[in-house]
Amino acid sequence: MENHNANDSKDPASFLSSIIGVPVTVKLNSGVVYKGELQSVDGYMNIALEKCTEFVNGQLRRNYGDAFVRGNNGISRALRGQDHTQSMNER
Amino acid sequence: MADMADEAAAAVSEPLDLVRLSLDEIVFVRLRGDRELKGRLHAYDSHCNLVLGEVEETIYTIEDEDDGDETVKTTKKQSDMLFVRGTLSHPTVLASDSNDR
Repeated sequence: MENHNANDSKDPASFLSSIIGVPVTVKLNSGVVYKGELQSVDGYMNIALEKCTEFVNGQLRRNYGDAFVRGNNGISRALRGQDHTQSMNER
Repeated sequence: MADMADEAAAAVSEPLDLVRLSLDEIVFVRLRGDRELKGRLHAYDSHCNLVLGEVEETIYTIEDEDDGDETVKTTKKQSDMLFVRGTLSHPTVLASDSNDR
């Protein structure tokens, strides 16, 4: 508790808030992949993406201006972008 | 004075704000089970329960042909008003505009 502010990227939630605005890849349990700029995340891991593209079986299926992805979809997420040294591996 | 900062922050501070900004707009919703909805967003809550008006529902089903091939069949349904339960129906994506597939 006391070390709450010790390091911003030590816990998952603050990591996520530190990558706001970064291009990310979001993969749902169903295998569908969404790529876009991370606009915001909340405690349920609901996600808002900007300039979002949807990939089904690796094929581009749709473009969305803005997309809301509901949390609890068993999502995992990877960071894209060569200029970022941060990375997060889930599962 | 704080108004502008508040507005700017309120626009993007959490994902559900995006849904709030889509109220009264035509939205596209992807559901579990290869179903999609397009309609006007009248109401939502934190569970992602949704009330949509003038809805077109598209259901994708895979049909086995006699020759063994599988084809995707699309069924469309129209509803004046639809309640979508957030927790069970698992809307995956809500978008204010969707371009062609």
